[in-house]
Amino acid sequence: MMHQIACHECDLIHNIPPMPTRAAARCVRCGSVLFRAKPDSINRTLAWTIAGLVLYVVAVTFPFLAMKSGAIIRETGLLSGIQQLYEQGIIPLTALVLLTCVLVPLLQMLALLYIFIPLKLNIRLPFAIPVFRLFQHVKPWSMMEIYMLGILVAIVKLAKMATIIPGLAVLAFGLLIFVLTFAISAVDTHMVWERLEKAP
Amino acid sequence: MKANYTSAKSLGLVSCHDCHLLSRWQEPSRGQASHCPRCGAALHQRKPNSLARTWALVLAAMIFYIPANVLPMTVTSALGATQADTIMSGVIYFIHSGSWEIALVIFTASIFVPFMKFMILIYLLLSIQFKSIKKPTDRTRLYQLTEAIGRWSMLDVYVVTILIALVKLGVLANIDAGPAVIYFAAVVVVTMLAAESFDPRLIWDVVEEES
Repeated sequence: MMHQIACHECDLIHNIPPMPTRAAARCVRCGSVLFRAKPDSINRTLAWTIAGLVLYVVAVTFPFLAMKSGAIIRETGLLSGIQQLYEQGIIPLTALVLLTCVLVPLLQMLALLYIFIPLKLNIRLPFAIPVFRLFQHVKPWSMMEIYMLGILVAIVKLAKMATIIPGLAVLAFGLLIFVLTFAISAVDTHMVWERLEKAP
Repeated sequence: MKANYTSAKSLGLVSCHDCHLLSRWQEPSRGQASHCPRCGAALHQRKPNSLARTWALVLAAMIFYIPANVLPMTVTSALGATQADTIMSGVIYFIHSGSWEIALVIFTASIFVPFMKFMILIYLLLSIQFKSIKKPTDRTRLYQLTEAIGRWSMLDVYVVTILIALVKLGVLANIDAGPAVIYFAAVVVVTMLAAESFDPRLIWDVVEEES
């Protein structure tokens, strides 16, 4: 079945035939990707998301970074680091780090479960459509990979003053970046909208 | 560009920003909005007031960019001596201490990327306002580039938050956040919003009109 779609970047109309999986449709005028057909989207998204949640729990609960300077060892967790920002009274910054590195990634994973478990079981939950829209809107505000690079820079910066010992949580955090990226790239947006539309 | 390229707008159709469903466009009555029949998102053929909004946000971000670079990002005190560092003095510190790779990363993310974003967005805005028909594909690529790289400027904000959380050793060594951090975070957030309010389809509207 052909369907019509307009390019998101230049508004050109295209008629898209059914596509083989792993194929990408590109705009003939500006070259932007219109959409990609993803193989086995539901199972793969669910698998990566569940793996991501496990890593997330480790990243939030285990020690994140420790600083050793002489005999002094100072340990912080992901959340206690953010709490320290709050105690220093820098509220906007606290909110920003909390949102971009803790809450948005969690929201993304919970939203994926809320959408994809019902798709897998062929059932329908209320608010699936607003949840999926929210999932798409928060995407640019998930910035874990940038935070990870920030950790590396901070380690180099403090090298003269103290030794930084990365904790188990940093490893989990680093893996989570990849796992969440795989989960999101396994989402076949076009398929999800078709399914959400058809559901009773 | 050839006339046989047909845009959704010229056919009286509208593409939903959220779910990409094409539907027939009906001009909503005053104070009302049309909604997508599939996902319920507000429909617009083009993002509303795209040029004015993008200009306003770019100018606001450029104003924040000044205190972000002039004021100190961190205030370090060690054994009674206090030192305030701006973004640039941090970059210079890394060059002198031999880690030029880190200096390059910070310079790119904190100084170069925001500046490029301003230049690219202003160029795109002016190219539409002066009805340029040159290289629309390249301009679309430039827009996609600004969308993709803008968030990386958050790097220095994160470095500061990690430093001030870790380095709290009383009189021995202490790092506090300087006033520039808030301005710098504002630059990143506002330029991201500016890129989001820009509508690349306006580039192609001009090309269609002029051909």
